[in-house]
Amino acid sequence: MSDGTQGNKTVENASAEEQREMQDKVISPEKAEEAKLKARYPHLGTKPGGSDFLRKRLQKGQKYFDSGDYNMAKAKMKNKQLPLAAAEKTEITGDHIPTPQDLPQRKTSLVTSKLAG
Amino acid sequence: KEGARGGVGGGNDFQWCFSQVKGAIDEDVAEADIISTVEFNYSGELLATGDKGGRVVIFQREQESKNRPHSRGEYNVYSTFQSHEPEFDYLKSLEIEEKINKIRWLPQQNAAHFLLSTNDKTIKLWKISERDKRAEGYNLKDEDGRLRDPFRITSLRVPVLMPMDLMVEASPRRIFANAHTYHINSISVNSDHETYLSADDLRINLWHLEITDRSFNIVDIKPANMEELTEVITAAECHPHQCNVFVYSSSKGTIRLCDMRAAALCDRHTKFFEEPEDPSSRSFFSEIISSISDVKFSHSGRYMMTRDYLSVKVWDLNMENRPVETYQVHEYLRSKLCSLYENDCIFDKFECCWNGSDGAIMTGSYNNFFRMFDRNSRRDITLEASRESSKPRAMLKPRKVCTGGKRKKDEISVDSLDFNKKILHTAWHPKENVIAVAATNNLYIFQDKIN
Repeated sequence: MSDGTQGNKTVENASAEEQREMQDKVISPEKAEEAKLKARYPHLGTKPGGSDFLRKRLQKGQKYFDSGDYNMAKAKMKNKQLPLAAAEKTEITGDHIPTPQDLPQRKTSLVTSKLAG
Repeated sequence: KEGARGGVGGGNDFQWCFSQVKGAIDEDVAEADIISTVEFNYSGELLATGDKGGRVVIFQREQESKNRPHSRGEYNVYSTFQSHEPEFDYLKSLEIEEKINKIRWLPQQNAAHFLLSTNDKTIKLWKISERDKRAEGYNLKDEDGRLRDPFRITSLRVPVLMPMDLMVEASPRRIFANAHTYHINSISVNSDHETYLSADDLRINLWHLEITDRSFNIVDIKPANMEELTEVITAAECHPHQCNVFVYSSSKGTIRLCDMRAAALCDRHTKFFEEPEDPSSRSFFSEIISSISDVKFSHSGRYMMTRDYLSVKVWDLNMENRPVETYQVHEYLRSKLCSLYENDCIFDKFECCWNGSDGAIMTGSYNNFFRMFDRNSRRDITLEASRESSKPRAMLKPRKVCTGGKRKKDEISVDSLDFNKKILHTAWHPKENVIAVAATNNLYIFQDKIN
């Protein structure tokens, strides 16, 4: 449980509710961090830590590929440059066409572990 | 409060000293070398590690030797093998990592050793056996294996067993596949030594060690409509003595204890453990930091321990409404949650472990720090796994994080902590004060000085 230890308690002639709100902001480091986050990402989901991050967890490893897009793009490829994969980390989905060169190479680790060396 | 001396553990004043470190020193760490699980076997003689590259390395403790009294109980490589390889599920367009999520040893029943290792989708039973004899004097083949011409054989001999250099072989004896739609986070061997459970984000299955084509689903929390998903299973473990009891933890900070005698499908728990939360202190981060990353029964079977992002809690199985003990691991991170969310560290899954007598518990933190709590004396200590303090038998110095105000000498400020140096996996020898700490790609072994 959050046990804010830092910060000065403001003692004013405010209503109990206002006072507690102020105390929350001043005393609770967690709430201060939350405010910081909301300031940076105002559209952050209403459900705290809810389905969004759970769904992301369940979809780990999922890859996307549309063969129709791929083949159409290959046909056009003769003349134009295609938008390439931005970075390895971003998921390869609809808006650009992956080519075999874009895909990160998966090498099996048939090298002996260095712990055994 | 830090312990005045270097020791924590089981009521006595132990002094942790460096013993060994395994792994490469170079700065550039290959992802495959990152250690993903560490586990002692039941006797503590063997120590297994799994890594992101799907490899398992097993160390064996050396017998005490009069010649080298100081190298008492050093762990040296015993066997290493490739347990899992990367796969691609073409049907689901799903990339399956070879990373070893968990290793669990089976109790030893004969000369061979058995362990279960699992990645996200497949569990394998490995047999590790020793071969120190070889048959020589075959009739139909030469010593180098070439077949002899049967017509040239004029007499028969009986092959004899001759000693040979010790060879340790690992072979996969069972492969338990295709039972998990979601990613496996836990495996746990049952006390009946016949069955084990495997848990993924939404389901828990019960297996028989001999049977690979069938498994029983015992928990299923998948909602009919995935839009309604609010909670996932984060860890599960079998009770150490009661073969009908197991627990599983959730991303909402709750633990459910189930009794397999009550029903075939244990969707309804027998006990529900949750600490009441002060609603006024709730924030965006509350649920995320309450997610339990590990659950472990005590050896006694009376207690269980859970690890969430900032703390470790000990629960009495007889009391569901709150833990009996709470230990703060790194409370100073509470005022850093915003950046820890942005760099994903808030989702790091730390494990925890008990010592053999259940008197002490250990868990990891950042900056290669790890924490130990003595349940009896209530003392705690922060230690560091680093190459700097890696001289043989050097005593580890307690570390301290400065949370504000004037930083004392030898203290480190919260902002200087290296969040890439995480200690997620630690293990405690089942009988002695020997610990194994995985620091990214290095394995540290520490022992207490008293022995």
